[in-house]
Amino acid sequence: MLGFLKQPVVVTAEINMNLVALTVMGLVNRLWALSYPRAVVFDEVYYGQFVSLYMKRIFFVDDSGPPFGHMLLAFGGYLGGFDGNFLWNRIGAEYSMNVPVWSLRLLPALTGALCVPLAYQILVELHFSHCAAFGAALLILFENSLITQSRLMLLESVLIFFILLAILSYLKFYNLQKCSPFTAGWWFWLLLTGVACSCAVGVKYMGLFTYMLLLAIAGGHSWHLIGDQTLSNVSVLCHLLARGLALVVVPVAMYLSFFYVHLTVLYRSGPHDQIMTSAFQASLEGGLARITQGQPLEVAYGSQITLRNVLGKPVPCWLHSHKNTYPIRQQLVVSNPPRPVRHGHIVQLVHGITTRYLNTHDVAAPLSPHSQEISCYIDYNISMPAQNLWRVEIVNRESDTDVWKTILSEVRFVHVNTSAVLKLSGASLPEWGYRQLEIIGEKLSKGHHQSMLWNVEEHRYGKSQEQKEREVELHSPTQADISKNLSFMARFTELQWKILTLKNEDTEHKYSSSPLDWITMDTNIAYWFHPISGAQIHLIGNILTWASANVATLVYVCLFLWYLLRRRRKICDIPEDAWRLWVSAGGLCVGGWAVNYLPFFMMEKTLFLYHYLPALTFQILLIPVVLQHLTDHLCRSQLPKNMFSALMVAWFSSIYLVYRTFSPLTYGEPTLSAAELRSLRWKDSWDILIRKH
Amino acid sequence: MVQGERCILGKQLPVHLSFLFFSWDETHFGKMGSYYINRTFFFDVHPPLGKMLIGLAGYLSGYNGTFPFQKPGDRYGHHNYIGMRGFCAFLGSCLVPFAYLIVLELSKSLSAALLAASILIFDTGCITLSQYILLDPILMFFLMGAVLSMVKYNSCAVRPFSAPWWFWLSLTGVNLAGAIGVKFVGLFVVLLVGLNTVYDLWELLGDLSLSLVTLGKHLLARVFCLILLPLVLYTAQFAVHFAVLNKSGPGDGFFSSAFQSRLIGNNLHNVSVPEHLAYGSVITMKNLRMAGGYLHSHWHLYPEGVGARQQQVTAYLHKDLNNLWVIKKHDSNTDHLDPSCSVEFVRHGDVIRLEHKETSRNLHSHQHEAPMTRKHFQVTGYGINGTGDANDFWRIEVVGRKSGKRIKVLRSQIRLTHLATGCILGSSGKTLPKWGWEQVEVTCTPYVKETPNALWNVEDHINPKLPNISLDVLKPSFPEILLESHMVMIRGNSGLKPKENEVTSKPWHWPINYQGLRFSGVNETDYRVYLLGNPVVWWLNLVTIGLYLLMATCTIVAIKRGAQLTVEFKELSEVLLHSGGKIMLGWLLHYLPFFMMGRVLYFHHYFPAMLFSSMLTGITWDTLLKFCAGCLSCSMGKRVYTYGMLALMLLIVYSFYLFHPLSYGMVGPMASDPNSPMAGLRWLESWEF
Repeated sequence: MLGFLKQPVVVTAEINMNLVALTVMGLVNRLWALSYPRAVVFDEVYYGQFVSLYMKRIFFVDDSGPPFGHMLLAFGGYLGGFDGNFLWNRIGAEYSMNVPVWSLRLLPALTGALCVPLAYQILVELHFSHCAAFGAALLILFENSLITQSRLMLLESVLIFFILLAILSYLKFYNLQKCSPFTAGWWFWLLLTGVACSCAVGVKYMGLFTYMLLLAIAGGHSWHLIGDQTLSNVSVLCHLLARGLALVVVPVAMYLSFFYVHLTVLYRSGPHDQIMTSAFQASLEGGLARITQGQPLEVAYGSQITLRNVLGKPVPCWLHSHKNTYPIRQQLVVSNPPRPVRHGHIVQLVHGITTRYLNTHDVAAPLSPHSQEISCYIDYNISMPAQNLWRVEIVNRESDTDVWKTILSEVRFVHVNTSAVLKLSGASLPEWGYRQLEIIGEKLSKGHHQSMLWNVEEHRYGKSQEQKEREVELHSPTQADISKNLSFMARFTELQWKILTLKNEDTEHKYSSSPLDWITMDTNIAYWFHPISGAQIHLIGNILTWASANVATLVYVCLFLWYLLRRRRKICDIPEDAWRLWVSAGGLCVGGWAVNYLPFFMMEKTLFLYHYLPALTFQILLIPVVLQHLTDHLCRSQLPKNMFSALMVAWFSSIYLVYRTFSPLTYGEPTLSAAELRSLRWKDSWDILIRKH
Repeated sequence: MVQGERCILGKQLPVHLSFLFFSWDETHFGKMGSYYINRTFFFDVHPPLGKMLIGLAGYLSGYNGTFPFQKPGDRYGHHNYIGMRGFCAFLGSCLVPFAYLIVLELSKSLSAALLAASILIFDTGCITLSQYILLDPILMFFLMGAVLSMVKYNSCAVRPFSAPWWFWLSLTGVNLAGAIGVKFVGLFVVLLVGLNTVYDLWELLGDLSLSLVTLGKHLLARVFCLILLPLVLYTAQFAVHFAVLNKSGPGDGFFSSAFQSRLIGNNLHNVSVPEHLAYGSVITMKNLRMAGGYLHSHWHLYPEGVGARQQQVTAYLHKDLNNLWVIKKHDSNTDHLDPSCSVEFVRHGDVIRLEHKETSRNLHSHQHEAPMTRKHFQVTGYGINGTGDANDFWRIEVVGRKSGKRIKVLRSQIRLTHLATGCILGSSGKTLPKWGWEQVEVTCTPYVKETPNALWNVEDHINPKLPNISLDVLKPSFPEILLESHMVMIRGNSGLKPKENEVTSKPWHWPINYQGLRFSGVNETDYRVYLLGNPVVWWLNLVTIGLYLLMATCTIVAIKRGAQLTVEFKELSEVLLHSGGKIMLGWLLHYLPFFMMGRVLYFHHYFPAMLFSSMLTGITWDTLLKFCAGCLSCSMGKRVYTYGMLALMLLIVYSFYLFHPLSYGMVGPMASDPNSPMAGLRWLESWEF
């Protein structure tokens, strides 16, 4: 029974001191004097406002990416006890005492530091020597641009961390695949791959590139698995299903959960409300919900309503008529008792204040001459009769007898006489129209477009015929409450769609650059500048590392093509194992570089140097791969090997020297004199701020 | 040739112009054909071959290029347009035999080839598109020609370097040059042929029985026929284009001043001006961006609320007296044209003042935001008779020159830096509202970037004290004009952006035949033609793509799992994977890139992809039926195969009978009216015939 007690309980721990040392060095190098400078640095001004909104639980839409990254930053603020009260309006502004700078910057710095041991571990899992792995980690450690980016409240280092984690766990999983599939460790690494991928995508959409690369690699490996005829059909199927679950289903579920948390945490209405549809706004606390609460659901003849265009572009807008302030209520012709309006009914719209009917006729609209003018009919003379009947078409109806519902129904107004459709043209009227947007009657309805759809936002209904009583009734909230709870999926799809389609006006930026500038680092970004002492922080890389990485990529591609062509002619320069290693490591590093870099050539948004950092990380990992291959296979005898090692030592020391030289620009201290700064301007295109005295 | 005859018969009816929406219409390409006949220079976003061929066809058939092609619906009257239409229709009808031959070569099955060909014969969309003066039939002709010759030379591979091999290989090159010469979409077929060639060479490389010398020959032959030959032909097209169009015309403004000096009738042709800029010279400055306009000012002020209320400065596309500026020294107001003064040249790095000749106000900038581009500074005209303030000083610099050098007319690219704020004079390309007479905005940009927006050149130059030189020495060489016309075309293409709130055609609409294009006629009484694919054919194509993917996946997995196939099935899978794969690749290459394009897209962009899709349908159904037949007993199998093929053919013919009025024209009430004969055929609400 108690046989196990006969043996002593022994715990043997194996600690790789390399890893420990690298982690400690990474932490020191990334976390040192983290809360300096106590001022808003570069894009902190952008992410900071979202952190504040999270703290205040106010809803926002950020078109730059999904919410997980913002959430992580906000979590740092939450741990530091940040109350969200800081005005993020200017780069360089001093933080007030209530902002926990250290804890806000902690998470990016931690993830940045952990990239160092991750790089080590990845090369080990790729079956490279510990020496090469150590080299890779050191290169990441002394890369100035990565340090700058991870010491501030920015998201790139978090993104890179998750990317590397996904790569590492896939490699671990793949190495376990050969000996022990379906064990606990196998499942753990497989699932971790999926989770890390979804986190990477959740931080920035750039993560998608690496996710696609991993999917492609996993697809290739699965294809070999299918060809493996020692496995039964059933076990092949199990393998494929497990991969599908972990690499597709889990990431999608995780991604949805980010949005779930996002929408649950942010329940108050805020500055970006107007971008969203009325139904979405009504689901937030405050804002529109306060107005629409308790209003009747079904629009009836005699209702007073405001009509909002479903397309929120270029700005959200409501149907409006002049001589008054917004919003103007459109009132349907009264009947008593309330008779609901259904799909296909014909209505007249009366402008609430001026009591004029919404009218259109065959007269060209002011800015869109191919369409009809919309006006409120004034009975000046008889020659042009009123044409003010509109047919209500509910577009998202379930049946043809559906009732027109407040907020929920999307409605098209078709003019009875001319069959023109009420539409927002998108052009804004000149001075006489107070620069408001133009409304037209589109004659030939070419397909469906959101600019033709309208929904009721505010809605009042008064029963009484007496003017005075009606007014009292109209201003007091009425009977039935509308069901305002949108399902999570509906809210998610809307928010996701808005994030993807929302376009900022083209922003020109002083430090924006083109992808071609990145390879050779012809550009830098000045992040912060102390107005008095002149201390400054720049995003500027270790130029030696960048150059070496480019050389390594070039060498890799040339050697790869050379081997490939020779192998096709059945001439093998290197053993089969070495070739497979060369292909897998190169495929990962060069592939990772390419997928994270090349797509930027097709993007039209404003690009910055920091977009290159994920690609750079992959490129750096390639350097030791190429170096080890050169020593192993091209230096045959002892003498060149020794010379090569000596060269390596010299090269590493110069990388360290460059890192030390530029560290004042990385950490923002010590302050340099103008002459020292000038001597740091190694390239003419670098923009280092030198004060004129 | 059946289709060709029918096209020509059908064309007797609509004698007025047919039209597509916007500018992609017969008016457009017909007009360009006329330009070739009249030798007038014009600008278009497509390379010239297609329009040149249309012009040639018109010329040969006796059209004299005088029809104005002004607005759609005009009657041709006595003008001889049949030659141009007949030419396009002929090329369009060649697609059918091409498809037949390609599928026959790939699948070695007569019925597959017949099926593919009949799809193209009976597709209303293909018929409509090839009936009018458009670029698409010409493009599709070259495209299919390239695929056909590629397939042919692949099957000649057993006898390399034989006469047919050389013939088909070089024919591929010729067709490739034709395809890109008509539209840049032809690049996709170049990609297809390129990938096929790489695969081909890879196979040859793995064949150890071939020596390296033979391999080198193979490589060189392909480089010569598929890269050099098309390049030479493509360049030759442009040489002809520039040689033919030597008169000034509507396209001049899109090109640089140096380019314009080539054209007879342009005011820069054969003129002589002083070569170097001097103080006191009267000049016009042209912005270097495409259609950038001249620096311009006039008496009108910026309205209230738009920056400072000073005189407007804009960029104006037309030549006018208000484009003239006088170069003055920044610190003195002497009249340099006074004969007692000696000539002083303006040099790189000098600080100057530009005085507007008509209003004698100085070019001025200050830290007010510009009217449209809020991040830039406003540029105004300021001061009276040349006395202004320090904000009127600009440093003049030439790109890529050292300081102290003189500034050349036309050739020097000039940058004007505002001395006080450090910003650079540029044109943002945005159109000003009514108050600015819808001219183009001029701003001073604080972002120091080398873009053509911020660069200018001097075009007119008047200085009586300097000797004039002929501008002929400045005439650009052929490589330069070739490069410039490509830059202008590329920029023009990317400038075709859809407007917000406009209903545009989306790539996902196309394969499902969601919406057509109205070619001609709007009202009930009009004779109407509507470009819409035969829905039965298109939906069959769509289903087939899914079917093909399913079949290919099943086959490839079965082979990978080591399934034992009979000889017959092995052949079938070979056809399915290799031949079908090639066609599938063609479809993908001609369809997917449209999802990434930012420009305005139209339904007819899908037709090249549709050709591939139709051929795929032929191959897939043939393979499927053969496979089914192979599984059943011999006689039963044969019957299934024959009846299956017959059923498909009958379906296609019957649907064509239903929908043929779409392309041959309809008169009468619109289909949305229940009384119309076409009302029952309006299967999707989005069709508007």
